[in-house]
Amino acid sequence: MIEVKDLHKGFGDVKVLKGISATFHPGKTNLIIGQSGSGKTVFLKSLIGLHTPEKGTISFDGRINTQFTQDQKQQWRQEIGMVFQGSALFDSQTVEDNVMFPLKMFTTKSEDEMLERVNFVLNRVNLENSNKKLPAELSGGMQKRVAIARAIVMNPKYLFCDEPNSGLDPRTAIVIDNLIQEITDEYKITTVINTHDMNSVMEIGEKIVFLENGKKAWEGTSDDMFKTDNEAVVSFVYSSNLFKKVREAYLRETK
Amino acid sequence: MNYIEHIGKYFLMLSRVFRKPQRSKVFYQAFMKEVEDLGLKSLGIIMFISFFIGGVIALQTALNLDNPFIPKSLVGFAAKRSIILEFAPTFCSIILAGKVGSYITSSIGTMRVTEQIDALEVMGINSLNHLVLPKILAAVFFYPFLISLGMFLGIFGGWTAGVLSGLFNGLDYIEGIQLDFKPFLLFYAIVKTLVFAFLIATVPSYHGYYVKGGSIAVGRASTQSVVWTTILIVIANYFLTQMLLT
Ligand SMILES: Nc1ncnc2c1ncn2[C@@H]1O[C@H](COP(=O)(O)OP(=O)(O)OP(=O)(O)O)[C@@H](O)[C@H]1O
Ligand SMILES: [Mg+2]
Repeated sequence: MIEVKDLHKGFGDVKVLKGISATFHPGKTNLIIGQSGSGKTVFLKSLIGLHTPEKGTISFDGRINTQFTQDQKQQWRQEIGMVFQGSALFDSQTVEDNVMFPLKMFTTKSEDEMLERVNFVLNRVNLENSNKKLPAELSGGMQKRVAIARAIVMNPKYLFCDEPNSGLDPRTAIVIDNLIQEITDEYKITTVINTHDMNSVMEIGEKIVFLENGKKAWEGTSDDMFKTDNEAVVSFVYSSNLFKKVREAYLRETK
Repeated sequence: MNYIEHIGKYFLMLSRVFRKPQRSKVFYQAFMKEVEDLGLKSLGIIMFISFFIGGVIALQTALNLDNPFIPKSLVGFAAKRSIILEFAPTFCSIILAGKVGSYITSSIGTMRVTEQIDALEVMGINSLNHLVLPKILAAVFFYPFLISLGMFLGIFGGWTAGVLSGLFNGLDYIEGIQLDFKPFLLFYAIVKTLVFAFLIATVPSYHGYYVKGGSIAVGRASTQSVVWTTILIVIANYFLTQMLLT
């Protein structure tokens, strides 16, 4: 479980996060949604320690980020998997080496054991026969899958994904979404996903936190989302004609 | 940012670079890869340039020393001195600053803007140590060999030019290069090479590591890094010469 309390982060004079509190439970796909520029990436990067918040605490199963000792921090890092917005694969290394890299750095497994684990996770993300390819030789969707494989290879307790399906066609996007949800459920990972894709919200949104202008404007389930009168949420959802219709139909049906 | 801030940030970077590698096996592999990328792949250009510039230096010297009272062996002697003292260590290092410097900045800078460095940090890897230390050690270890080869080929190029052009006698030239051998001068050249190697590995790394923006920023940083590495080599050259030779 991750508990965020009153998180503040700015760059110079620009305040990006203005006091965000939220709780994320294990085994669930927690979605952070909001407009471009609302602070989703900054929020996620603050959770994983790439940004240092000015104020506020983040507790990982009771361990508070501001009180980490050096050893605890190192330990905690190995419990984190992160899928970056642009995949961030090491482009000089093959798929296999990319996924194996955390194992090489942090475990004492033998070469064979490592390879076995790598093949297992690559298999898990439905990516066989690409072990020796370079990232540049893969499609965007395949790169995302390698990134997910690398993020889960160390059996993380916490998984963070920054727009895992941006730039993918709707079908591949859903495959990636479902994959993340299955993995989250299977290994009881605490997963936090950034997205501005309403499809993802419908498909896998078990808990949704809506950010607006660096603040939490709303939270709830995807069902709640269609019932709410919260202006910010409604205008976000309504911005798509399709979802306007979906919402109307939904409201009609549940009346 | 002003110069003082950059200098401060550069030394802060170095303090994070010089840590014990987290995994010696991974480090060794990275080191060998850098020896290849920074060293072996520059072998060709250094050999080519050394040979021909050596030839030009010998020809120029011969053309300028046409007084019959000057001993014939002086051409070899003067060519040897200028190749060992200046040409091989300084000129070759500036070539390397251009070739290797832009490579280092663009490769690290690309890792920065595509979040590969963030990915390393999230995993709990000291990215500076992981990326920069192998480069420093590869350069410092390999460039003395590279520069020594440059010296040898430069001197040999001088001899070849003389023999082919008939401007001076090959035997006089060989006598000249054996004249007044001072090991200290070789030491001075190697010290210079080590300092330049360190600059060639670290200054471009600094420019790449702290790049902000996208691919255009990476391109701009590469140019900047070559300019600054060259300037720093020239300045270091001046002070080292003053310290060691006067
Ligand atoms: N390193 C930084 N320095 C200065 N400002 C930043 C930095 N990173 C983000 N910002 C600012 O913070 C705000 C929020 O950015 P963020 O990247 O979190 O948006 P986002 O919600 O992830 O948007 P998108 O959906 O487009 O990815 C933006 O106004 C951005 O300009
Ligand atoms: Mg973002």
